[in-house]
Amino acid sequence: MAMTITEKILAKHSGKSSVRAGDNVWIDVDVLMTHDVCGPGTFAIFKKEFGKEAKVWNNEKVVVIPDHYVFTSDVHANRNIQILRDFVAEHHLPHFYDVGSPNYKGVCHITLPEEGFTRPGEVLFGTDSHTCTAGAFGEFATGIGNTDAAFVLGTGKLWVKVPETMKFIFEGEMPKYLMAKDLILAVIGKIGVDGASYRAMDFCGETIDAMTMEDRMTICNMVIEAGGKNGICAPDKTTYDYLSTRTTKHFESFYNDDDAKYHSIHRFNVKDIEPTIAKPHSPDNKASVKEVAGTKLDRAYIGSCTGGKISDFLAAAEIMYGEKVKIETFIVPATTDVAKAMKELKVKDKTILQIFEEAGCQIGESSCAACLGGPKDTFGRLNHDEVCISSTNRNFPGRMGTKKSQVYLASPYTVAASAVKGVIASPREFFQ
Amino acid sequence: MKKIITGKAFVLGNDVDTDQIIPAAHLVYRIDDEEEKKNYGKFALSGVPLEESGLPKGNIPFTKEGEWRSEFTIIIGGKNFGCGSSREHAPFALQVAGIEAVVAEGYARIFYRNSIDGAFLAPFETSEHLYQEIHTGDELELHTETGELKNLTQNKMYHLKSLGDVQAIIAAGGIFAYARNAGMLSQ
Repeated sequence: MAMTITEKILAKHSGKSSVRAGDNVWIDVDVLMTHDVCGPGTFAIFKKEFGKEAKVWNNEKVVVIPDHYVFTSDVHANRNIQILRDFVAEHHLPHFYDVGSPNYKGVCHITLPEEGFTRPGEVLFGTDSHTCTAGAFGEFATGIGNTDAAFVLGTGKLWVKVPETMKFIFEGEMPKYLMAKDLILAVIGKIGVDGASYRAMDFCGETIDAMTMEDRMTICNMVIEAGGKNGICAPDKTTYDYLSTRTTKHFESFYNDDDAKYHSIHRFNVKDIEPTIAKPHSPDNKASVKEVAGTKLDRAYIGSCTGGKISDFLAAAEIMYGEKVKIETFIVPATTDVAKAMKELKVKDKTILQIFEEAGCQIGESSCAACLGGPKDTFGRLNHDEVCISSTNRNFPGRMGTKKSQVYLASPYTVAASAVKGVIASPREFFQ
Repeated sequence: MKKIITGKAFVLGNDVDTDQIIPAAHLVYRIDDEEEKKNYGKFALSGVPLEESGLPKGNIPFTKEGEWRSEFTIIIGGKNFGCGSSREHAPFALQVAGIEAVVAEGYARIFYRNSIDGAFLAPFETSEHLYQEIHTGDELELHTETGELKNLTQNKMYHLKSLGDVQAIIAAGGIFAYARNAGMLSQ
């Protein structure tokens, strides 16, 4: 029977020769990731249901990454990181990236690939909705809640309904001023915040084939903003090159059969896509940057699993080179590896970090920081009625702080151009 | 799950995301501490913009100042209820506040799963725009086995969609109970 990549992965992990969209199956899990916000609840449910003496199903397959509320004085948040430490010690979990240790990394969805936990053909569950990022590697990756994660922790299994797949084909060479973020904002703007509910989103075509892993991650990261269950890109040489220095584990690549059944097929030519923005208060509230150019801003923010990778900062630095920002601008590298690369990689004669410092940006420590608001003292949090342009993923009311604040979502190019102009501005003029 | 859920309706609109259901700053409390977990009830739906809190009028607090139990039992919503993050704190917070069922036109996938697998509340679907008909404070009676929803205040009756495949998990009382019944886990 003809199958999609997602169907093939779920068939293999449920021990069946084939599955089809709509089937409910129990699948074996390759990696379970949790963090400081959902780890404590997951561990509490695990102990309640399996007993205080229970062992996790496979300690090599559990990855614990504190990243959300890390640099805060909030006592509950700090207590939660201690709960992670205690559980990790009790269960001898080898993959722990503790705060304050040389191991500390930052945002889980970027740490997972950097550390080699994202492999084609595998099943990854995480207690975070942006776990779908890892679909860029050709695996089934999706977010789950604490109860499901506790179930996985004890059994290594979970039930899933096999999703239908929506196929998104991108053609054409990316114009210099466009980024992967613009493409996914264009998709969400077209299909809406529930346009892919319960479904897989498959991204393919020559534009995707030419993309780096980081760009593919940006696209898969935001499938949840369209309600998608998982994003998927077929693995190729780019995937294998990225993984070659990061994992030695054997993996299996899956591809869509030519006659696989799709829910729908959507074609885009990237030449027709403008730098795109999502206006307050929804990721599908789409406009082209030129439609809203000149909108007054109080703040710019570049960071998160969506827009805090090294390629995102390299892009922002290209725009900010030799410029000064006109509004307060916050820079938060997703991980410590990204922070390190900011000190090493250069645009012309200056490092990325130098360019940001000379432009007058404020640089934060690697973590999720203000992407999801967090405790009041979180770096970059919108504590009043600020209007912010951000390279992050969500702009529902109150997402980055108070519900009086307003968030525009855009690519790092657009955020950097807007920071330099002090109003929403298109990156196109910087490339003329 | 009760056969009949009765109580007052709290009405919300479309795309109520998990940051509105329980804002991120409040995700720090323990779920296994009886005192601390009351905070989830206290701050449930505190992220909803005031004008959209308790439709059609708005400006109705879901929980009264200083309290952690709400006077409302059933939430009526529009499309894509519970979109956004994977935080299980969202259906949990609603349960702590006293919500037993949500009736919406559709759900974000993870919220739906969490509600069922954790047995926090029953997520019913409707094909009608009930959030435009039912008023916050209306007395409702929801028959969970048949999907009949009676609005006692307006003297109207609606038929909700069947819970389908997940009925068995809800009836068992969540994924752990379901797996034990199925012999997948020891008792």
